[in-house]
Amino acid sequence: MLKEFIQLRRDRLTFAMMIGIPIIQMALFGFAINGDPKYLPTVIVAHEQGTYTRSLVRALENSDYFRVVASDVTDAQADRMLAQGQAQFALTIPAGFARALERGERPALLLEADATDPGATGPALGSVQQLAISALAHDLKGTLAHLQPDAPAFEWRIQKRYNPDGITQYNIVPGLMGVILTMTLIMMTGLGITREVERGTMENLLATPVRPLEVMVGKIAPYIIIGYVQVLVILLAARYVFDVPFAGSFMLLMLCVLVFIAANLTVGITMSSMARNQTQAMQMTFFFFLPSILLSGFMFPFRGMPDWAQWIGEVLPLTHFLRLIRGVMLKGNGLPDLWPEIWPLLLFMLAVMLVGLKRFRRTLD
Amino acid sequence: MIAAAMTRTEPVATSEAAADDGIVIDVQGLTKRYGNKTVVDQLSMRVNRGEIYGFLGPNGSGKTTSIRMMCGLLTPDAGSGHTLGFDVVREAAQIKRRVGYMTQKFGLYDDLSIRENLDFVARMYSMDRRRQRVDDALERLGLASRQTQLAGKLSGGWKQRMALAACMLHEPELLLLDEPTAGVDPSARRDFWDEIHQLAAEGITVLVSTHYMDEAERCHRLGYIAYGKLLAMGTPGELVERSGFVTRNFSGADVGALSHELEALPAVTMVTRFGNTLHVNGQDEAALDAALAPYRARDDLHWETGKPSLEDVFIHLMRQATDNFS
Ligand SMILES: Nc1ncnc2c1ncn2[C@@H]1O[C@H](COP(=O)(O)OP(=O)(O)OP(=O)(O)O)[C@@H](O)[C@H]1O
Ligand SMILES: [Mg+2]
Repeated sequence: MLKEFIQLRRDRLTFAMMIGIPIIQMALFGFAINGDPKYLPTVIVAHEQGTYTRSLVRALENSDYFRVVASDVTDAQADRMLAQGQAQFALTIPAGFARALERGERPALLLEADATDPGATGPALGSVQQLAISALAHDLKGTLAHLQPDAPAFEWRIQKRYNPDGITQYNIVPGLMGVILTMTLIMMTGLGITREVERGTMENLLATPVRPLEVMVGKIAPYIIIGYVQVLVILLAARYVFDVPFAGSFMLLMLCVLVFIAANLTVGITMSSMARNQTQAMQMTFFFFLPSILLSGFMFPFRGMPDWAQWIGEVLPLTHFLRLIRGVMLKGNGLPDLWPEIWPLLLFMLAVMLVGLKRFRRTLD
Repeated sequence: MIAAAMTRTEPVATSEAAADDGIVIDVQGLTKRYGNKTVVDQLSMRVNRGEIYGFLGPNGSGKTTSIRMMCGLLTPDAGSGHTLGFDVVREAAQIKRRVGYMTQKFGLYDDLSIRENLDFVARMYSMDRRRQRVDDALERLGLASRQTQLAGKLSGGWKQRMALAACMLHEPELLLLDEPTAGVDPSARRDFWDEIHQLAAEGITVLVSTHYMDEAERCHRLGYIAYGKLLAMGTPGELVERSGFVTRNFSGADVGALSHELEALPAVTMVTRFGNTLHVNGQDEAALDAALAPYRARDDLHWETGKPSLEDVFIHLMRQATDNFS
């Protein structure tokens, strides 16, 4: 037992990981995770301006769940913002709303939600009924007070876009693809390369005329293929086992997958250039994997996390991949709508690659 | 796998560039530091075409590091040199193509079969007639019948022969063998060395590091390195002669106690015990004989004039080095 402790002390990295991982875990579970996402970005499509519109906007802003990011957008703009995930909700106030309201016709307000992740929108949607009663309370006084009994003066028409039945699998299964790819690709490349170094076969490889870059390409190519096989298996399961819809273009999805695989491989390679043995490579994989699943929006709604956690999340490739794959599969997004999530992936890849190339040993130095 | 299929565009140097003056390795002042430790210090040496050059030295003396620098695998911190006429720093790619380097640690894949391993190496050198070459190598090894066996299952001796075959596949002009026979039984070692001599006879230059004295004796020339410094160089005969050792062998029933007694004599440089025999070395023959006179007269001891051994010479060199450098 003493021997274990002595060895552990020699292996600084293992030691740091053993202390570090629980701390990260505690920080994430304790502070970052929140099952009740609040202040969700909301846009207003107002076909009519007026007292009631202003009161509604103010009521939304005052509620804990909504944060109005744009109060006068067109239908098309609102659509795009929902598709790109910039807005979680879009509220449409129809023309003639005020008149209908005052006549006591109980007009309908359209509230569209990006329901790809039912967990993110559920609590907010649950709160709107209450909101309907309080929102116009101030305006409906005096002669209009009769419109303000127990029932609200207008009706909500709630449209859960992309996942109307709120099926969690629609959200989880595509996300799982990203999680599995992250796990296997980083681990496989990390282990694959450190294994060569550890077993002494790397020295032999470097003694042949192949260039280190070629060695890398040779090592990586099989994993790209493995990655695609995994993608296909998950897609088939999503289709035939979980009945997840596939709204977008298959080729586009494959493109996103390629970018994501590449980003993960650069992480794997860079880690392997830092790890001295397979155990360390394994630990580094977990060190990266843990925040990836917790902070990417896979396990918990992204917008439920505090800002600092969201910033970390924005850096991680899985976060962007989740948005991409949900965008393609559930929302049917096209390339222009996907681009805002693709360039961060490319940027991430470039940055990690620079670190990796700097660290990569061309010779054995 | 895929890597080998890629085409290479770097220029293939013309044969004029290669050394034709008979010197295959020519390095001056090679130095390598790790942290603040100088692992190889101002190493200068030459190896001639077609010779078997033995590289000796205690553990950690810098043999492996020197060999790596000579084949362009490590960049020296100081010094320069040419291997096969190519600069060790700038033309590492050309060197790698013409040199067979057998690493100290078994560098092939345990989970590939013998044939797959050789085929993999052949791909790495993007060789033509790959199948033919691998077949020939297997034939030469006598492994043709066991080619599907996993390399990890081979015995130490066979592994080494396979590794040798792997670095011979691309028909190198120079072989760098780093302790090729460590942990191999004597008869396999003998076979291995017969093969090395065979290769040298065919005109291939061999630089081999070893800890075995019998192997050192089989080299044409030797270099002895300790603490990163090349301490001595020459043929085995020259090294023994230069040490100036004279040796007297004493044998008897109880030589153990005698060993310390003799070593304390000023005229005696070193005493080595072999079973019931002591090899007593000194550097001044007259003084040694005078000092040993009482022992030669003893009845329970038998004495004769011996031949100084390489091992004694090296141990003596190392002790001197210890006194000088640390
Ligand atoms: N990558 C490295 N980083 C730090 N130190 C190193 C490295 N490689 C070798 N050394 C040190 O350099 C010294 C010389 O090592 P080298 O392997 O050249 O010795 P050697 O003569 O081959 O020894 P052996 O007979 O045990 O194989 C050793 O003390 C070793 O610890
Ligand atoms: Mg060595």
